[in-house]
Amino acid sequence: MFKLVNLIARLSLVSALALTAQLSIAQSTQGTQGSTKFPGIGRNATPAEVIAWDIDVRPDFKGLPKGSGSVEQGQAIWESKCASCHGVFGESNEIFTPIAGGTTADDIKTGRVASLADRKQPQRTTLMKVPTVSTLWDYIYRAMPWNAPRSLTPNDTYALVAFILSLGEIVPDDFVLSDANIAEVQKKMPNRNGMTRNHGFWSVNGKPDVNGSSCMTNCVKFVQIGSTLPDFARNAHGNIAEQNRLYGPYRGSDSTKPPLAKLPGSSGEGLAHAADTHAASTKGPAALFKNENCSACHAPNAKLVGPSIADIAAKYKGQSGAQEKLMAKVKNGGSGVWGAIPMPPQSQLSDEDRATLVRWVLTGQ
Amino acid sequence: MEKPANRARLVKAPEHFISQELIADINTNGLDETRRGFLRKGFMSAVGGAAASLAAPLAFAAGEGDPAILEKQEWQTTLGKNVATMPYGVPSIYEANLIRRESPGLTRVSAASVAFTPLQGLFGTITPNGLHFERHHQGWYNLNPETHRLMVNGLVKNARVFTMNDLMRLPSVSRTHFIECGANTGLEWGNVAVPTVQYTHGMLSCCEFTGVPLKVLLEECGADLKKGKFLLAEGGDGSGMTRTINLESCLDDTIVAWSMNGEMLRPENGFPLRLVVPGVQGVSWVKWLRRLEVGDMPWNAKDEAVHYIELMPDGMHRQYASIQECKSVITTPSGGQQLLDKGFYNVSGMAWSGRGKIKRVDVSFDGGNNWRTARLETPILTKSITRFNIDWVWDGSPAILQSRAVDDTGYIQPSIKVLRDLRGNRSIYHNNAIQSWKLDSNGEVSNVQVG
Repeated sequence: MFKLVNLIARLSLVSALALTAQLSIAQSTQGTQGSTKFPGIGRNATPAEVIAWDIDVRPDFKGLPKGSGSVEQGQAIWESKCASCHGVFGESNEIFTPIAGGTTADDIKTGRVASLADRKQPQRTTLMKVPTVSTLWDYIYRAMPWNAPRSLTPNDTYALVAFILSLGEIVPDDFVLSDANIAEVQKKMPNRNGMTRNHGFWSVNGKPDVNGSSCMTNCVKFVQIGSTLPDFARNAHGNIAEQNRLYGPYRGSDSTKPPLAKLPGSSGEGLAHAADTHAASTKGPAALFKNENCSACHAPNAKLVGPSIADIAAKYKGQSGAQEKLMAKVKNGGSGVWGAIPMPPQSQLSDEDRATLVRWVLTGQ
Repeated sequence: MEKPANRARLVKAPEHFISQELIADINTNGLDETRRGFLRKGFMSAVGGAAASLAAPLAFAAGEGDPAILEKQEWQTTLGKNVATMPYGVPSIYEANLIRRESPGLTRVSAASVAFTPLQGLFGTITPNGLHFERHHQGWYNLNPETHRLMVNGLVKNARVFTMNDLMRLPSVSRTHFIECGANTGLEWGNVAVPTVQYTHGMLSCCEFTGVPLKVLLEECGADLKKGKFLLAEGGDGSGMTRTINLESCLDDTIVAWSMNGEMLRPENGFPLRLVVPGVQGVSWVKWLRRLEVGDMPWNAKDEAVHYIELMPDGMHRQYASIQECKSVITTPSGGQQLLDKGFYNVSGMAWSGRGKIKRVDVSFDGGNNWRTARLETPILTKSITRFNIDWVWDGSPAILQSRAVDDTGYIQPSIKVLRDLRGNRSIYHNNAIQSWKLDSNGEVSNVQVG
């Protein structure tokens, strides 16, 4: 019995010592980790961790890694990785707004893009707007290409920025952009003087630029309707009846039909069609196509990153074994059929979903 | 006259004189005068003749009343579903029309797009999590919270790393705020472009967010808040979304949040961590937040140098236009809706201001000529949605409905004309104009602009 008590006492002592040791480790760690108010929470970042994540590049070029790239190198990368979305000359408006266009040699001198004021350009391109070259570098490096972000090296990025700048004739075709000369390029950015912070929206205490009226009675002599939705757009957002509650005092209008001639009445007479509608929650292959991100690269009728569904269906029309062939392509990925951009393997799809998707692409069913 | 001996004779009771439905009904709901009446009637007919007793279900002639009252319903007469049949509940099947929707043709790829909140069907001030609007720049992911990290670096004494476990141990706050995309209603700068309030105003949601105040985290890392007037918030998605936060303006109420309306953030709203910057446009509420850097100048990131800038008539872009100014909209009735009949209606809507609290909302039924002050529902919170209601008897004649909000700074929501006169019509962002809904005598409501 005595032995047992002794043993317990000794064990307690051991664990108490261990606890003390742990505490002192924790305290010393805390000392170097700098936390005072919330001990045990968080830790200091290692230098390598900060380097891995702190990739932002500011307008003063703080954060810009060393490196360089030529317009020519940029063009090669552009054509294989960027042109499918942005056009060969950065002019495409298919998926995102165009990158280049709308700037002049005069804009480069003044630092103000004149076409922003004269409305002659139908679209505001990136080069018309972006005031700082650092912004191009930062965004391309952190988020491009669209379907494979963070896959470019710093030198790739210099080359791509050089190519874009050459499209705007901001640098010559034989230019090599580098961390050493990028500040010189900044002095030629066409819209470098085109931004203002002289407004009240930057701060919660800022001064608003406009204010409304507090008039309560007889405020306007004549109420004029300046703009309405044209009749042809009545159903452009789908059947509004299907986008509202099917009961209650405010129902949705059946926009597949012309407006009612009279009030429906308390029973909702005349809105019976609305009661037949159900949720427009898309199911089946179309939903699968969207949810599995196929729609990020393929559209029903237009070429995006990849060919349109209509084009694929047309190409394989009447071919025997097309279903199996395409199923294998979806599973393993493919390239070369529709251009240089490879289709990544879609291994996350079940065989059943793959079959459904391919059948839908080929037959619409 | 009966003979005394016959008095003791047992007479067999008529059988099957009441229907199975009535038996079930009595078993469920007990006996009341109506049901006693049915029993009496059934018994009499059973005694009167066998044929009548068999054909005596609970039936009423047309015109005796509302079938919804007179006829028994399935849910009254059968066993319902078990508890936890849907362990994480979903709305009624009759609510299936109220969902987030994309505006057709707005973008070409759904991974960089918007899905709008169905404001036309919501009540009160809180947006259900499943209906909170979505706007992504490169698609959403289910980030693994176990491997998610938040790094704080820049002008701090110690660059630090926090796990979700770390963050969720810290003292938290829970506050209700609206989030509105800077481009909300932007489709309407030039003309009426979309039919319903879902598409005009649906990049707007309001939730109770829970998280640790940004200030607590920055102090913990020893941030130099004298030199460091700006903060870069960076997302962990493929777009690596970056936004400059004006610390002078936003330090006090910004939250590094993990919860929305009592549950963890939904993946499409930034699970497991997002920044909440009350009063500031939604793009600054960086989702899947992974890094905060304190700095001494704004970053001029892509979404503050190429997008989210307002084009003024002289060709200058207003940059870092962040605050969402005072705004309101009537949600019921609203565009694309149909009133059934003349008579009384509760007209309801939402008002909000990025600079403070809603002080007053006025409603006009005649296109802005005359105004009446609406009732504000509580709670009235700062940088949050306030619900307003107003009584209205519609006489069946055409009308134009408008609402106009005033915040506690005295700012009054402007008309679209006042905004266009100063800013032109190519801004896209920060359109907080008074919204007009036209009601025709057939009860249909449509989106119009007045003036």
